[in-house]
Amino acid sequence: MRLSLSLGFDYAPRTSWPRSSESALSRVRRWQEDRNLVVAGDRERHTDGEPMSRGAGELGAKEVLRLDGIDVWLSGRQILDAVSFELRPGEFTGLIGSNGAGKTTLFRVILGLLRPNSGTVFIDGRVRERRSRAIGYVPQKALLDPDIPLRARDLVALGIDGHRLGIPLRSRKRTALVDEMLHAVDAERFANARVGQLSGGEQQRVLIAHALISQPRLLLLDEPLANLDIRSGQEIIALLHRIAKEQDVAVFLSAHEMNPLLPVMDRIVYLAAGRAASGTAEEVVRADVLGKLYGHHVDVLHVHGRVLVVAGHGSGDEEVLATSPSLVVS
Amino acid sequence: MQVALLLGGLVAGISSVVGVFTVLRGQSFGGHALTDVSTAGGSGALLIGMAPVAGFVVGGVVGAGVMEAIGVQRPRGRDLATGIVLGAATGLAALFLYLDSTTSATTGASQQILFGSIFVVASSTVPYVIVFGVVTLALICLVYRPLLLSSLSNDIARARGVPVRVVGALYMLALALSVGLSSLVTGTILSTALLIGPPAAALRVTRRMNRAIAVAVLVGVGATWLGVLLAYDSYYWGASQNGWPVSFFIVAVVFVAYLASGLPARWAGRKAERATPAQAENAAR
Repeated sequence: MRLSLSLGFDYAPRTSWPRSSESALSRVRRWQEDRNLVVAGDRERHTDGEPMSRGAGELGAKEVLRLDGIDVWLSGRQILDAVSFELRPGEFTGLIGSNGAGKTTLFRVILGLLRPNSGTVFIDGRVRERRSRAIGYVPQKALLDPDIPLRARDLVALGIDGHRLGIPLRSRKRTALVDEMLHAVDAERFANARVGQLSGGEQQRVLIAHALISQPRLLLLDEPLANLDIRSGQEIIALLHRIAKEQDVAVFLSAHEMNPLLPVMDRIVYLAAGRAASGTAEEVVRADVLGKLYGHHVDVLHVHGRVLVVAGHGSGDEEVLATSPSLVVS
Repeated sequence: MQVALLLGGLVAGISSVVGVFTVLRGQSFGGHALTDVSTAGGSGALLIGMAPVAGFVVGGVVGAGVMEAIGVQRPRGRDLATGIVLGAATGLAALFLYLDSTTSATTGASQQILFGSIFVVASSTVPYVIVFGVVTLALICLVYRPLLLSSLSNDIARARGVPVRVVGALYMLALALSVGLSSLVTGTILSTALLIGPPAAALRVTRRMNRAIAVAVLVGVGATWLGVLLAYDSYYWGASQNGWPVSFFIVAVVFVAYLASGLPARWAGRKAERATPAQAENAAR
């Protein structure tokens, strides 16, 4: 069954990718199971889409990610203060916050690169272990070096097994999988071009394919829209939205402007002054909620379908502290 | 002569393979610094009566360890760590070479250390070179995938659970061994050329990792063999019966190869100019 995002088929890989610690016997079994099941990261789902739960003591199997009271202190400053929220599969969630609000720090906590001072991260209902293959990550800085001897398709292929030891062996299954992925993100045109020579938007697509090919349940993108022109940004947002809905992947991306995302976001996690509020945009982007986050009075203005958050002092002495079209922080 | 060709070829091949990753990781400066550490190591070895190649290798490994400890893997710390080690090592090398020339009976110690001694390799060192060479290749093969991934993006690699520091340290070890071994052939001063030159030429010519490595090995080994042959022949040039140093020939061939690697792009560009604009854009991709 060919992966075709626009047709909405379930992604049933024609091959199975054995884990490094599996015996040959379980590899064969998994290959057989793949005929009937959709393999998804650490867990398996039956074809009716219900995730199998692993034990009675776990939290609800519905969430892909759950943060519970995360505190992070760095260099004597509190970066994150009791941050709690959850992400469910198939939802497109935006992490909104100005630069320096702690978005990257939050991502690092989720990825396990930074240990929080307190609080817990639950992935699929289990406490985060050192290596979690359920998360695909697209970092912020793109690969700029034009000398890198990798084509787009090679970079995507690295997403399958780049973390394992040894030399990659070429196989037809591998190539077919990479082709499918490139088709899914609409990157076939430049599949054979050098990664370093792609434009920003094209690199994003390739990085997304790289992250997606290992079938994560959560796709994390760190400021994917930065350095992109409006048109490319819209294309990326549309692609991510399709991925979320058709692949049943939780897409979580950070941005400092929420307006481009408002049409597609299911939920929003708004980060300000180290505190977070999560919910739908209607629930969160309100003067009272944001005021509690910021710790002072804010006004939320709706102008032609766009949202403007303005900091004010509450005494009638309103001050527009920045002219960004979406978000103003003190 | 056969020993020179065998050892030279082996060492050049390994150097080219490691060099591809060095250029990929942007650690050419680090590679060069290690050659200076090898100078100190080799000249120190001569002082205490050991074979220089032992000093090259040991010096390189120690230097790599120090660079690791200071923080060569962090982007900000990289130049600093490299520069510090380079400066200290060169100072030591100056001391040892001076002592070599004043205390040792054999002249030409500096020539040997700095510019190579492939023709005067003691047959007892040959097995060591082969063993270390194979170990280096094995190391690179072992960490090939995670090294490639972490060279592209530290963040992605760490998110996938790759132990980035360990992989980087193993790579540094391979680099140190490779530099130490190639100092035997070309001497420490020109060891960088054998490390960086062939990969630099290869990267201009191909877009794929395995092809880049293949071309780099081809250029490196070819340049070494051609250099050895030319050096042999140079005994018969000119009036005096002195041959020119092997390392000069090797580096000269590498340089010519680098210049030649720019030609395919030029030809493609000229073909594109003659084609329609749309085709030209595609060709330029």
